Amino acid sequence: MTSEHSTTGSTPGATAPRHVVVVGGGMVAQRFVEALRARDTAGAWRVSLFAEEPRKPYDRVGLTRYFEVRDAEELTLGDPALWDDPLVDLHRDCQVVAIDREARTVTDRLGTVHPYDELVLATGSDAARPPIPGNELPGVFVYRTIDDVAELRGWVEAKRAAGRVETRGGVVEKPVRGAVIGGGLLGLEAAGALKALGAQATVVEFGTHLMGVQVDLGGGQALKRLINDKGIAVRAETATKEMRPHRRTGHVGRMDFADGGRLDVDVVVMATGVRPRDELARSAGLPVGERGGAVVDLTCRTEDPHVWAIGEVACIEGRCIGLVAPGNTMAEVVVDQLLGGEAVFPGADTATKLKLSGVDVASFGDAHGRTEDCIEIVWADPTAGVYKKLVMSDDAKTLLGGVFVGDAAPYASLRPMLGAQLPGDPAAFLLPEGTGAPDLELPDEANVCSCNNVSAGTIRGAVTEHDCTSVGDVKSCTKAGTTCGACLPLVKKITETEMTKAGIEVSSALCEHFEMSRAQLFDAVLVADLHSFSEIIERFGVRPDGLTSPGRGCDICKPVVGSILASLGNGHILSGEQAALQDTNDHMLANMQKDGTYSVVPRMPGGEVTPEGLIVVGQVAKDFGLYTKITGGQRIDMFGARVEQLPEIWRRLVDAGFESGHAYGKSLRTVKSCVGSTWCRFGVQDSVGMAVELELRYRGLRSPHKLKMGVSGCARECAEARGKDVGVIATDKGWNVYVGGNGGQTPKHAQLLAEDLTSEEMLRAIDRFLMLYIRTADRLQRTAPWVEEYEGGLDAIREVVLEDSLGIAADLDAAMAAHVEGYEDEWKAVLEDPEKLARFGSFVNAPTTPDPTLAYVPERGQKRPATPEEIAAGPAGPVDPSLSGPVLVAGATLEVRA
Amino acid sequence: MTVIHATTDTTGAVSRWTAVCRLDDLAPERGAAALLERADGSTVQVAVFRLLDDSVRAVQQLDPYSGAYVMSRGIVGSRGVEPTVASPIFKQVFALDTGRCLEAGGKTPKPGLGAHLEPFDVEVRGGVVHLDIAGPA
Repeated sequence: MTSEHSTTGSTPGATAPRHVVVVGGGMVAQRFVEALRARDTAGAWRVSLFAEEPRKPYDRVGLTRYFEVRDAEELTLGDPALWDDPLVDLHRDCQVVAIDREARTVTDRLGTVHPYDELVLATGSDAARPPIPGNELPGVFVYRTIDDVAELRGWVEAKRAAGRVETRGGVVEKPVRGAVIGGGLLGLEAAGALKALGAQATVVEFGTHLMGVQVDLGGGQALKRLINDKGIAVRAETATKEMRPHRRTGHVGRMDFADGGRLDVDVVVMATGVRPRDELARSAGLPVGERGGAVVDLTCRTEDPHVWAIGEVACIEGRCIGLVAPGNTMAEVVVDQLLGGEAVFPGADTATKLKLSGVDVASFGDAHGRTEDCIEIVWADPTAGVYKKLVMSDDAKTLLGGVFVGDAAPYASLRPMLGAQLPGDPAAFLLPEGTGAPDLELPDEANVCSCNNVSAGTIRGAVTEHDCTSVGDVKSCTKAGTTCGACLPLVKKITETEMTKAGIEVSSALCEHFEMSRAQLFDAVLVADLHSFSEIIERFGVRPDGLTSPGRGCDICKPVVGSILASLGNGHILSGEQAALQDTNDHMLANMQKDGTYSVVPRMPGGEVTPEGLIVVGQVAKDFGLYTKITGGQRIDMFGARVEQLPEIWRRLVDAGFESGHAYGKSLRTVKSCVGSTWCRFGVQDSVGMAVELELRYRGLRSPHKLKMGVSGCARECAEARGKDVGVIATDKGWNVYVGGNGGQTPKHAQLLAEDLTSEEMLRAIDRFLMLYIRTADRLQRTAPWVEEYEGGLDAIREVVLEDSLGIAADLDAAMAAHVEGYEDEWKAVLEDPEKLARFGSFVNAPTTPDPTLAYVPERGQKRPATPEEIAAGPAGPVDPSLSGPVLVAGATLEVRA
Repeated sequence: MTVIHATTDTTGAVSRWTAVCRLDDLAPERGAAALLERADGSTVQVAVFRLLDDSVRAVQQLDPYSGAYVMSRGIVGSRGVEPTVASPIFKQVFALDTGRCLEAGGKTPKPGLGAHLEPFDVEVRGGVVHLDIAGPA
């Protein structure tokens, strides 16, 4: 086929890239562009993508997540840099309306004509509106695009507001009644979305059971119980005859069923299936399938050698496939063909997993047991709502398919074994977790990530050949687990197994002294009720071969133990043996800088400071010769304080009402805020007041890493709260809480934990979130990677925090209450304790003599440390001795009694 | 500073024993800096560490990997049976007995500075810590 390209002659010059036009801006189109740019290293192709929607390609599979994140950008797929590639042209909001195959051009909706060398149709499909009378009534929706979801949300919110009545007894809310036509994958997600919006939901299914395509009758019945448990009603074997308008509003008001039943509704979502968007192919005279879709061969090429079709619009092997994984495979096939390869479509992997929070459903392969002479092995526990089935070949050895409802744990490891022989008794794989399913060694060709078509071999290669040493590395190297994430546990297992084989340490041991991870050590210390490092290392430390003593720790485990003891409330961090655990910042209660001096940061809760406070800070900085700078956390940092100056500086600050800002600690730093409703024209809540309350509540809380928070008074988000570990954003009904954001090396937006909380609910949610993090995170793991690696992710954390799914909420609440109760200002306590104060001498034999090596030069009206060259220049150089700061007390040498 | 006694060893270097502080002035498993004077009048900063068994170690206060005088403020620990201190700036780990750098963390010392710390002889006599700041006669 490459010979055909060379005859196109449409591009002058031998090296000019040829032009491939992609029509459609969905997930498969994105994958095509990404794969082409990744593989076409020579730059032989230039690609233009024409998208009908006004946004970049986004994760349609994760559409329901839009209710959580509310930010269309969050759903954007892949690396945004792809669209900056000079060989990639993205035309958004630019539908293609015609193809001229003769001239090899496409015409967009504005009438502009674009020539192509090769054309790829990736127009996807439409949500079908079944021909039920009333299907165009206001309040009847489909569920396909971000705009559909946003409209549905707006409608339900308006209905909720209209149904709110104030009575003498308070506000009464009339429930919004929702229904979904169609009990398939999409219908259940739509029903979950309705519930999430606060509406009631009834699923109306024409067939005998839910998810009839993927799941057999037994599974469907187990699924119905699970769905009912989520508060969603199900009517199976029910045909909708008509939807009728409400008499007064004209909005959809009632559904009439063929069996004579009826249902009053305020909103209906139709999720009965999709229809390929093949109108361009039809009008261009290309053959289409019986049920629609541009007919292609196994290379995804249509009858026209220069026109290809991929994804849901492609009719391959006689049918269209409504799943993203096979679409991605088609995209890869066409890329390979364009680059002169010979790839063909290997057949569809139709494995699916329902992404509805709290409902585990998955199926793969021959879920219905249609293979001749196959054997079905079923494990069912109706009381627990669990149904699991494996379909095996007649000799019970080869895995042909499976259905999992209520417990999809075996799915991730079994799906890649499709068509392979299972070791041992297949029934063992269906038993509850931990009852002895054999470990599976996947063949290299087994497909682990079906969204991105990544095999076990590719993941192993990422470790052995591309030096990946973590799941994160493997994800960015192979793209495995980056779309739906269902395969991540398996990716992790393969990665770690491979690393072990390659001799790479995967141990979660803290250091040579402790074999446990930080989280394990935290639990151990809590349960064993230990209160000192000596006890802890004696009890849990590793004894090297031949030694009876576990040693005395190191700069890794000591601060970890110090932090754990502090989180568990063991008094002042410099009390007794604890003092020896702290690194220099915590030991000096200040931040060490490059020349060995420290910076000093008094707390200014919420960034609020009085003029009198500012004057004190300014005067202190002036008197002690400190360099001052405003921090990113809305407070003031004073640099260049020597060890022996710290107590005097703090005495002045404490006397003026300041307290430690914990800028030195792995603990709460600041709660940044905008000015909020007290001053701002747009603010809807008092963000400064809330920031002050949060900062005072969590000040001094020791954690695995530093913690930052933010509070914004309205959706404009001027406090940049979503860049924080915990971000709070005011709504007109209360507060939305976001978690797991940070700036730094790997910036990440915080994700929505809960919305419209009262102040009290918000505090409880944050209390629990923080305590769960403190107890279970790794050493120096910030909240963003912690949320990502927490088993079950944010959903699981939300269940712990809001629904107490682990039954530990009372514990977490008590721990936080103890922290709030036990807080004392660390600096005030030091100033009142002569023993602790004695540690702040510069020299043990000359406690008030400044380090004679410190040297400073003036810059922009303040001082900065001198460079080695400036110091070497001697008295004639720029070093200004007067900038070393005053010596408050004359130096004295210690009298030694011999 | 009180010079307790001075002797000349076989290499010609003068051993200069100096009383620095009382053992009780040092916190267990933490260091303190001492400012001392050599025979030629130059000053030297020494980091003095009290271990859990009340023995004392001393090494140079200058951290060769940052150029700052901070070693006394590092965390004291152990590697196997060897007592160690980690630089509070870039976390290099040094043996307290010998001053040898056990882990450089991929960094190199500042120009003109050696990779290891100078160790000092130290003794506790009658509850007082004495250091030998040997130097040229």
